[in-house]
Amino acid sequence: MDEKKRNEAYNNYVKAKIPKTKPWPSLFNSFWVGGLICVLGQGINDLIMLWFPNMAEQTAWTYTLVVLIFLASFLTGLGVYDRIGKFAGGGSIVPITGFSNSITSPALEFKNEGIIYGMCVKMFTIAGPVIVVGIISSIIVGLIYLFI
Amino acid sequence: MAKSQTVVFKNQPVIIGSYSIVGPKEGAGNFGEYFDYVMKSDSFGEKTYEKAERKMIQHAIVGAIEKAKIKPTDVELLLAGDLLNQIISSSYAARDFSFPYLGLFGACSTMAESLAIGASLIDGGQFDHVVCSTASHFSTAERQFRFPLELGNQRPPTSQWTITGAGACVLALKGKGPKITMATFGRVVDYGINDVNDMGAAMAPAAMDTLMAHFRDSKTTPDDYDLIVTGDLGKLGSEILIDLMEDQGIKLGLNYNDCGQMYYTRNQATLCGGSGCGCSATVLNSFIMKKLLDGSYKKVLFAPTGALLSTTATQQGETIPGVCHAIVIEGVKQEKKK
Amino acid sequence: MYYLWVFLIGGLICAFGELLIIKTNITSARILVLFVLIGVVLEAFGIFDPISDFARAGINTPIIGFGASLAKGAIGAVKARGLIGAFTGGFEATAAGIAAAVGFAFLFGLLFKARTKK
Repeated sequence: MDEKKRNEAYNNYVKAKIPKTKPWPSLFNSFWVGGLICVLGQGINDLIMLWFPNMAEQTAWTYTLVVLIFLASFLTGLGVYDRIGKFAGGGSIVPITGFSNSITSPALEFKNEGIIYGMCVKMFTIAGPVIVVGIISSIIVGLIYLFI
Repeated sequence: MAKSQTVVFKNQPVIIGSYSIVGPKEGAGNFGEYFDYVMKSDSFGEKTYEKAERKMIQHAIVGAIEKAKIKPTDVELLLAGDLLNQIISSSYAARDFSFPYLGLFGACSTMAESLAIGASLIDGGQFDHVVCSTASHFSTAERQFRFPLELGNQRPPTSQWTITGAGACVLALKGKGPKITMATFGRVVDYGINDVNDMGAAMAPAAMDTLMAHFRDSKTTPDDYDLIVTGDLGKLGSEILIDLMEDQGIKLGLNYNDCGQMYYTRNQATLCGGSGCGCSATVLNSFIMKKLLDGSYKKVLFAPTGALLSTTATQQGETIPGVCHAIVIEGVKQEKKK
Repeated sequence: MYYLWVFLIGGLICAFGELLIIKTNITSARILVLFVLIGVVLEAFGIFDPISDFARAGINTPIIGFGASLAKGAIGAVKARGLIGAFTGGFEATAAGIAAAVGFAFLFGLLFKARTKK
């Protein structure tokens, strides 16, 4: 029998066989958890603005991000963030807290291989592409704006 | 006619001792009461999970030797393997023993691979006592094949849970215990599955291939066995295997099951079930052995599958090949008292 | 009450990420990359600020906001300093976020240990 055809048929068969889970519960969970994280961000931002009324809006928002990143990193260390992630999926991956989790989790995981070759090297195994793609695209956008 | 893949043992090597050790989650699963030892924590008192995995193998080997009522100096060869790169768990475990060691890699089929090779060596008359062992650990497999433990991601519905556990058994030329009567060595089979979260689908064709070869070579049918058991196809994979076998004209009935599928209870949220070398190894060396010894099972076809992938291969766009080795274990015949 | 909009828009963005995960099985690294790119594109076309005025943390907390800051930094720096701004702007605008993520990861990496999942 033609191997290519056999494999194609098998892949189609498996695709049909995979149990279909209803997307709505997990979509709902990621919706409200993600929404709450954003509300938390807004809350922190408003508190900072309240306490330091003279602070520039941009600076206040930067502080907010740092606080969110700190919280996510801390919860990752405590072993709580992966449980939130299991429940909320996209709800805790898409916010900046997910970015923080993706850097702290390999740091924890690979510290057994040493500080330099373990923790420092592996820290960006997941978040590395985010920074690389982000920086490259910002360079491109900058260059485009230079010429228009 | 294809050449026979099956070896029929004239001397029928005996499994004179077997031992299983598992993690706490596995101990709370369906086979909990059958295991010899349930660890209180996954780290087993070690600093890293890799060291814990190694210690589990050593613990299982020592336990099996003790239960076989032989001395460590009687052991002539250790056949072992695991999932980690360069099978470090097995090799480092062997470092602390005085007997020779052959490292094997058959991924999750390693238990059957080691037993098939061990039985062949004993049947050939070269060895009297061979120890076979394998292990897997959830946390070491997770970091090697998937993501950091603390990463907040979700597992796809087809994914399986690597079992933390090790199994070992002592094969001997003579003695009391279940006998290995046949072994079918499997070919590497690849049906073009490339989803690393769907190992069951990737390995099911290999199981089909080996089981078909076994039934053909040994002229047996599924009805000749009290239990036909695969290793870690999981829920989805074993359903696929039943379909694949039916396409070949062989119906797997109620006597067929899969270790991974049976392993955890429904509340343990492991999606498609257990996987890993330790999956089939701990079930064989606990539940199946006990059932063979007390006469509930007389003839068992043990056919765990292994997915022969590495992250490098899959990142280079390769599909996932599978392999499956099968052995036939026959129980102690219960002689009626006259 | 703008908190409601923050919740709704933030939640919808996250649910869209979840939808991609369910439908295409993509990993979290790819999700993050994709959303950063969305942010860069939104900012480059000048669509981000109008949404941000309205959605506030609802669009700034998701990593889209990180992408937008990268682009915004590069554009601003190019206008102020010319060519070199294209290279310095992105990092400058996001320096605090990246430094915080790396710093806390290092700190908590030293303090804590990865635990087996239950």
